[in-house]
Amino acid sequence: MRAFAYSRADSVDHAAHRITHDAAFVAGGTTLLDLIKLDVLKPKNVVDINALPLKRVERLDDGRLRIGALVTNTDLAHHPEVKRHYPLLSQALLAGASTQLRNMATTAGNVMQRTRCPYYRDAAAACNRREPGSGCDARGGLNRLNAVLGGSDACVAVHPSDMCVAMAAIGATLTLSSADGEREVAFGDFHRLPGDTPHIEHDLADGELITAITLEPPLAPAGSYYLKLRDRASYEFALASAAAQLSLDGEMIGEARVALGGVGTKPWRCPDAEAALVGQPAQIATFERAAEIALRDATPLEHNAFKIPLARQSIVRALREATRLARDEGKQEGQV
Amino acid sequence: MMDDSAHSPRPSDETVRLDFTLNGEPRTIEVAPNAVLLDVLREQLGLGGTKKGCDHGQCGACTVHVDGLAMNSCLRLAIMCQGQQVTTIEGLAKDGQLHPVQQSFLECDAYQCGYCTPGQMMSATALLADDRIGADDASVKEAMSGNICRCGAYKNILEAIQQARVQLGHDATTPRKEDVA
Repeated sequence: MRAFAYSRADSVDHAAHRITHDAAFVAGGTTLLDLIKLDVLKPKNVVDINALPLKRVERLDDGRLRIGALVTNTDLAHHPEVKRHYPLLSQALLAGASTQLRNMATTAGNVMQRTRCPYYRDAAAACNRREPGSGCDARGGLNRLNAVLGGSDACVAVHPSDMCVAMAAIGATLTLSSADGEREVAFGDFHRLPGDTPHIEHDLADGELITAITLEPPLAPAGSYYLKLRDRASYEFALASAAAQLSLDGEMIGEARVALGGVGTKPWRCPDAEAALVGQPAQIATFERAAEIALRDATPLEHNAFKIPLARQSIVRALREATRLARDEGKQEGQV
Repeated sequence: MMDDSAHSPRPSDETVRLDFTLNGEPRTIEVAPNAVLLDVLREQLGLGGTKKGCDHGQCGACTVHVDGLAMNSCLRLAIMCQGQQVTTIEGLAKDGQLHPVQQSFLECDAYQCGYCTPGQMMSATALLADDRIGADDASVKEAMSGNICRCGAYKNILEAIQQARVQLGHDATTPRKEDVA
């Protein structure tokens, strides 16, 4: 494997000072080492941040849940606060990768993971994301797994995360730390659409480190569900997935949150679909209309048109299940 | 405590000191900064039981335990194991006696070519010690999905794991360190 220098950071400041354009942080290492071996990423310096005190999950006074950047995917999925208040996040995490990878992968690392587009991962292929200006072999290639939402002429790579889809639906804030202090970025603003600059994937600047992700308070009484559709039942990336969360006001939908995975160039929140749900009866016809709206702007490539009805159906099914769970929750609250 | 010398970036023709526990024994070795745990185990420490399959975290043949959790040793820098407990397939048997998971793989014929077997066994022992993972067949299959068996011995692997679970339950009055790691 390509040579690099290695160092350990023992404070956030220390870590932030180390990070320049040719350096990379390593936490779980599951993306970084994979892509260094493929010659896709070529850091000269690797900064190990595992000693930083970023492994706590804590409920804040305002009801939000603050997750340290280094909390592993396994620990987050099984955390009592997450299982109780954000079951869709737990489901999304456990639907991602394998046991071994979840044991290694961290919360911030999951946010920072790279696309699985085979042309990005093949250093011999043209890829504007990996090598700006080189072209996009996916557009005219085997693009069954590529994006139908958010793509550009330059790039149609899918954001591969499950966790991020749940977080997009829940609503969250990233805390970015640097030598100049901290700043906060809304989860939906962190990942960028590819546009003409697909190599700029996110809002993180040189010298910045994600230190925490803080989830919005859970809706209540509410139901939530993460549905992942894929080529095999486990250990596979999504062809389409949907994260849904809604609260009920009698038979009407109170609040609603919907996000899609496997089809977008970033974790894909669907605000127009959400607006079409609020105040409407919680029934299939409403869900189908919302799904229609969510995929209204979808553009298929040669081999992935099937993803559009698949994504619609994933929204309908996730909303149906979230509604069922919200009714159960409402009944339980009524009994107390 | 961290070694101060590891704080400064160093070129990779130099080595870095790694203190860790390997199969219960404290070890101190020098590794290249870019050395991957799997390669250090196989090439530097002569422990060939841990297998290299895909080398990208997709097949699970390289699975070891780090502080009791199953991990892909192909996607972990050796130096990241500073101060940690690493267990490989060579560390499962104790005092000449097979671990119940090894014994049940043998009895259930849970392999054909055997190449994935060390990784399968490491994942199996970790999941049997993890009370967050359900005991039903579906949960076990899900938890084992990071271990690919090209021969397709999955049915017998599942049977072996569930048989070992019973065996470990019977032995619960005298747990061995490895069973609870």
